[in-house]
Amino acid sequence: MKSLAGGLKSGLSILALWVGARDAWGAAAIDMREGVTEMSSRIQALHHLSLWICVGVGIVVFGAMFYTMFAHHRSRHPTPAKFSDNLLVEIIWTLIPVVILVSMAIPATRALIEIEDNSDADLTVLVTGSQWKWHYEYVDFGISYYSNIATPQAQIDNLEPKGEHYLLEVDNALVIPADRKVRFLMTADDVIHSWWIPDFAVKQDAIPGYINESWVNVPVPGRYRGQCTELCGMGHGFMPIEVEVRPADEFNAWIEDQRLANELAGEAAVAARAKTWSIDELLPIGQEVYLKHCATCHEPDGSGQGIKYPALAGSEIAGGDMNAHLDRVLNGKADTEMQAWAPQLSDLELAAVITYERNSFGNSTGDIIQPLTVYEAR
Amino acid sequence: MSAHAESVPSQRHPLVAFALRWLLTTNHKEIGSLYLWLSFGLFFIGGLMAMGIRLELFRPGIEFFDPEFYNQLLTLHGLIMVFGAVMPAFVGLANWMVPLMIGAPDMALPRMNNFSFWILPFAFALLISSLFMDGGAPNFGWTFYAPLSTTYGPPSTDFFILGVHLMGISSIMGAINIIVTIANMRAPGMTLMRMPLFVWTWLITAFLLIMVMPVLAGVVTMMLTDRHFGTSFFEASGGGDPVMFQHIFWFFGHPEVYIMILPGFGIASQIIPTFSRKKLFGYHSMVYATASIAILSFIVWGHHMFTTGMPLVAELFFMFATMLIAVPTGVKVFNWVATMWRGSITFETPMLFAVGFVMMFTIGGFSGLMLALVPPDVQYHDTMFVVAHFHYVLYPGAIFGTMAAVYYWLPKWCGHMYDERLGKLHFWTATFAVNLTFFPMHFTGLAGMPRRIPDYSLQFADFNMLSSIGAGLLGLTQILFLFIVIKTIRGGKEASARVWEGAEGLEWTVPSPAPHHTFEEPPVLDPEASH
Repeated sequence: MKSLAGGLKSGLSILALWVGARDAWGAAAIDMREGVTEMSSRIQALHHLSLWICVGVGIVVFGAMFYTMFAHHRSRHPTPAKFSDNLLVEIIWTLIPVVILVSMAIPATRALIEIEDNSDADLTVLVTGSQWKWHYEYVDFGISYYSNIATPQAQIDNLEPKGEHYLLEVDNALVIPADRKVRFLMTADDVIHSWWIPDFAVKQDAIPGYINESWVNVPVPGRYRGQCTELCGMGHGFMPIEVEVRPADEFNAWIEDQRLANELAGEAAVAARAKTWSIDELLPIGQEVYLKHCATCHEPDGSGQGIKYPALAGSEIAGGDMNAHLDRVLNGKADTEMQAWAPQLSDLELAAVITYERNSFGNSTGDIIQPLTVYEAR
Repeated sequence: MSAHAESVPSQRHPLVAFALRWLLTTNHKEIGSLYLWLSFGLFFIGGLMAMGIRLELFRPGIEFFDPEFYNQLLTLHGLIMVFGAVMPAFVGLANWMVPLMIGAPDMALPRMNNFSFWILPFAFALLISSLFMDGGAPNFGWTFYAPLSTTYGPPSTDFFILGVHLMGISSIMGAINIIVTIANMRAPGMTLMRMPLFVWTWLITAFLLIMVMPVLAGVVTMMLTDRHFGTSFFEASGGGDPVMFQHIFWFFGHPEVYIMILPGFGIASQIIPTFSRKKLFGYHSMVYATASIAILSFIVWGHHMFTTGMPLVAELFFMFATMLIAVPTGVKVFNWVATMWRGSITFETPMLFAVGFVMMFTIGGFSGLMLALVPPDVQYHDTMFVVAHFHYVLYPGAIFGTMAAVYYWLPKWCGHMYDERLGKLHFWTATFAVNLTFFPMHFTGLAGMPRRIPDYSLQFADFNMLSSIGAGLLGLTQILFLFIVIKTIRGGKEASARVWEGAEGLEWTVPSPAPHHTFEEPPVLDPEASH
């Protein structure tokens, strides 16, 4: 028995080390994150409650098993006992778990009721998932933009050293104010996605045709990262979420900046339409757009991936009728991963990428598409 | 007695005779062996896919497979392991053992038995052939959520649908056969409450199969009509609902996970008493607990969907109902411990696997209980924590259960004892490897790694590498298992009829190896003996 108690003790200390050693282990975290919101730390506490109850029950049950395996081994206990039931014991070990379960259910229910209270939000953001990016719309301010992964493909392909935030960085982060109740409306354009920031303890499915609700109130400004958590196709592992929480006054200033930037972008678009662009000007812009948005499916060299993601090299569309090509890029192809790019890219970007596709990968139409043509085709 | 068995004309080419013998067999033992070998083969194919997955996840970056193919691998891995490895293995065990354990000469419907097996190779050929099609194999996960699997599914999705239909037909026929056999062909005096626990758990499993496989057939048919015949069951723009897919799928899917574990409970309940040399503790409560788990399995499907935006009341209902399952499951674990208590225990390989089953299944049960709580589930859902959870109930649960059964009954099947030293080596290496593979997934999941991703951020690198090393080792241990099984079939110490000194039950009253036909005369049960 002595050795058993000793074993239990050292087992317990290993377990304590296991949960407490998070900081010492540095990057290799092994426990649920506490997060930064009141709810996320309550959820972590619930997690610890259930974890420790399981550990406790485990010690009792496995302890009994190890004891009997040792003490009642045939070499020590050659004659088996004859009993095969005991009503009282059976009733007791049916009732005790019920009591334990109730003790877990009560705090879980309380937390859940609060989680589901989406009322009285200070700000509403419409979050739309699509293959494989997020779109954020500040419903009250008329501001919206796409958020794409910013990790270079070369890092993913192990051609460059990986950055600190490998796969968890985006070009345009979602910006929200600190210390305010922000309500998220979640939906999707194509398949089901799921928006998750572990530090907020917010995970909500974004379902095409339906709108889900969720909320967060982040007290601490900072940058928080997460990922899509519902299998959504080839790029599922590559649609990160980045949220920048700013103090409320800085957030308001950011909103003003965005409005101004929208106006400037409008002016730039007018200027781009007024100009006639040469192929040498368009190709580098087009290549950049292509590698960022198109290469995931069509491959950087335009070779595609089978019938699902057709090759652009020598294709009937990229090498054929220009209007058909323009239409396919602007409006996409129904019921496929080829989405409509008209809302996502500027006239100049669209003109440049179509020009690039028609004059690369061995396609040599010599066609140049001007931003004005794109504008008129929208 | 076996005039018809040897009636195949001898002038046929031996290969033709061999093929015809196995194609046309209606013998429950032969069909049981066919099921077990098919499942063993598919276990290796699905395992090879798991090796591919772990190879890609060995370290960050995309190295071996592009993400599209990675998704195909993980989809086929899941489908093959669930429908091809675990389920046919249990059906094979039922075929072999249910008639032997209830004193019946064969299954009640032998020709249907043959048919339900021979559908399966074709079903899996359809499924696996999709790997070689343009557009690739199904890539939407074994849960095939719409609209990823409908509107956006590759052309091979239709092969998947037909494959699932065939597997469903096979399962339903198998289940009907088992129910009819148990209901009508028990030896005189074997009342329901005197049936061995393996028979009981399979009876309940068979009812679950009959209830839910048609639901699965329904959902894939709705997919088919959505894809090709203009319906919009799961398409919001046509008035349908993608979430309805999940409700229907999990109404099948949750009972399905119990289909994959209840026979394992039965196996543990046979083996632990044998090697404790003591009667099973609480036979009646074991039966009632199994039935309770089966009934509860129909009202907990929503716990797979806590992040889909269910109303609060539904979340509360599914949370409480799910937590309730811990009670009968606990009863079973306590009963196994009490069976061992003050017994006279030895640890031959079947016992090692059975005890390993109880312990590691319990670990999976613990994480299942944690997953039942909605607020933390929001953090666990769709992360590697869930992957750790269900692999703990499936691998050291369902699969260790099957291996325990194979070691336990293999001497009865082929008349030879397996090599005890190799069996123990297999157990200890597999146990080490299974924990090395799946325990770190708890950590990566809690730390925030989503499931089903082909590449991950750097903070998850250490544990993923450990998992991958464990997985490679685990694959090797199963090659050892294959070697042990073949070695035992080819020779070894002769097994006695009883095989294990502590074994009780009708299967031990026939010689080892069990003759082609058994119990042509119903056995006489000792009226005094009871559980």
